[in-house]
Amino acid sequence: MKAVIAVSNLGKRYGRTVAVDDVSLEVFEGEIFGLIGPNGAGKTTTMECVQGSRVPDKGTISVLGLDPQRDANELRQRIGVQHQEAHLQKRIKVWEAVDLWSSLYTRVVDADALLARLGLEAKRNAWFMTLSGGQKQRLFIALALIHEPEVVFLDELTTGLDPQARRAIWGLVTGIRDRGTTVFLTTHLMEEAERLCDRVAIIEHGRIIELGTPDDLVRKYCPERTVVFTSVDANVGERLHQLGAVERAEGSEATYTIRGEGDDFVTEVINVIAREGIRVRGFRTEIPALEDVFLKLTGHGIRD
Amino acid sequence: MRIQFLRGFWKLTWLETKIFTREPMGFVGTLVMPVILFIVLGRALGANEPVTTAQVDLPFNAAILAAVLIAISAVQSLVAIISIYREGGILKRLRATPLSPVTILGAHVVVKLIFTVISLALLLLAGRRLFPGVMQVNVFSFTMAVLLGTLSILSLGFLIASVVPTARFAGLISAAALYPMIALSGLFFPIDRLPSAFQWISFVLPTTHAVALLQGVWAGTGWEAHWVNVAALLVLFAAYTALSSKVFRWE
Repeated sequence: MKAVIAVSNLGKRYGRTVAVDDVSLEVFEGEIFGLIGPNGAGKTTTMECVQGSRVPDKGTISVLGLDPQRDANELRQRIGVQHQEAHLQKRIKVWEAVDLWSSLYTRVVDADALLARLGLEAKRNAWFMTLSGGQKQRLFIALALIHEPEVVFLDELTTGLDPQARRAIWGLVTGIRDRGTTVFLTTHLMEEAERLCDRVAIIEHGRIIELGTPDDLVRKYCPERTVVFTSVDANVGERLHQLGAVERAEGSEATYTIRGEGDDFVTEVINVIAREGIRVRGFRTEIPALEDVFLKLTGHGIRD
Repeated sequence: MRIQFLRGFWKLTWLETKIFTREPMGFVGTLVMPVILFIVLGRALGANEPVTTAQVDLPFNAAILAAVLIAISAVQSLVAIISIYREGGILKRLRATPLSPVTILGAHVVVKLIFTVISLALLLLAGRRLFPGVMQVNVFSFTMAVLLGTLSILSLGFLIASVVPTARFAGLISAAALYPMIALSGLFFPIDRLPSAFQWISFVLPTTHAVALLQGVWAGTGWEAHWVNVAALLVLFAAYTALSSKVFRWE
């Protein structure tokens, strides 16, 4: 796979505060790559150094084979950016913003089609200040895509949006990738990273502590699987003894919890239950997610 | 470099002009207030008598005060816009496009100069109508002098905008910096009567030279007679612009 972004040993400090300590990563062509970590971990600084809007103290960066500092002008034509908590002029109209941006690039897509794709055609004449949070973010996506960039940078795209608007934005982001554009995003929402990213890098205190696909990371760090089911049959615990310890909780019907490890564990439980002919009223599995990986790697939750 | 500068320049200038007219307070404050002030002061000072340069001591020339106020309000508006744009990340977003920083700031300066001219035209119209006989000034020459003065004062505005920490303080700090400049400009008291420290300060303030040039143009003396002031305005413009380009923060 071809790397469109290559960062090695990046470092950046503000005064005495180390924002990025030592970051190395590669982003491959056509993937959605997520930099995930808590606020203040160095996500935005890393991304801004890669975009060329911040000068790193050390390390090397290559984007599309260009140096973000030396080749800033050429790079701006080929990348699209969206900033965290960005704004536009309060009273700029949607079409005016898109029109201004269109005039700045050598190659642009059809503005009306782009607005339609992002669900903004009805808002063409609306002032920026009258847009909802989700509409503003969609406008920023439009501005980042107007020149058909090869790489798009999205910084905390859905922060502050309600779940519905967030889901709509997720659909748009996967759409960007499906059209062949590489996406580099940051987020502190694990669910977002899990839904969107082909690969993620977990960053803390300015260092990458782990990197891989969400599935691989979960498999590696959190192989635990839990099956919870309810049954009114007798002697369920004894009949399942080969699966190890079975926790039993009384209720209107008894609830049994069985813990194990590995991809095959759930299948194994189902097989034993079937073989024993146990009648099951309710059945669910608890499978760890990226959030649990984060907790395991850092010893604290992402929102701590 | 030329292409770089021009890309998006006129579009951004036109856009910012439209956006400015959508802001009722700023629009009224910039265009109408100086004219109203001019009319009120002019009437209060009995401007029916032609004012000559010998009399600029007191009563001062209401037209020149109004012209300086137009320039000052342009600067205040510029400082406010820059600080709001910075705080909201608008400057940062614009800077991430192929727009050059000079284009972004240049467009704002041009917008301010456009409204300065409109405001000045209203002022002169009002003057012609209300104080006939007094307004015998060469309109073109006076306009050019106001524009040169405004440009120079705007460059000081950039310096202020560069160091203003938040949009909340922008109005306060620019008022605190700009209004004393009028007091030291020679409009109310002749500069040679000020203590020598203040004379020095007044010499590096663009308002002083703007007022001197405007008074000269008003009195009918040519620009040649005020080449020192013209040169000072240009030098101060260059100096403040250079200094603010060093200390300017985009975010």
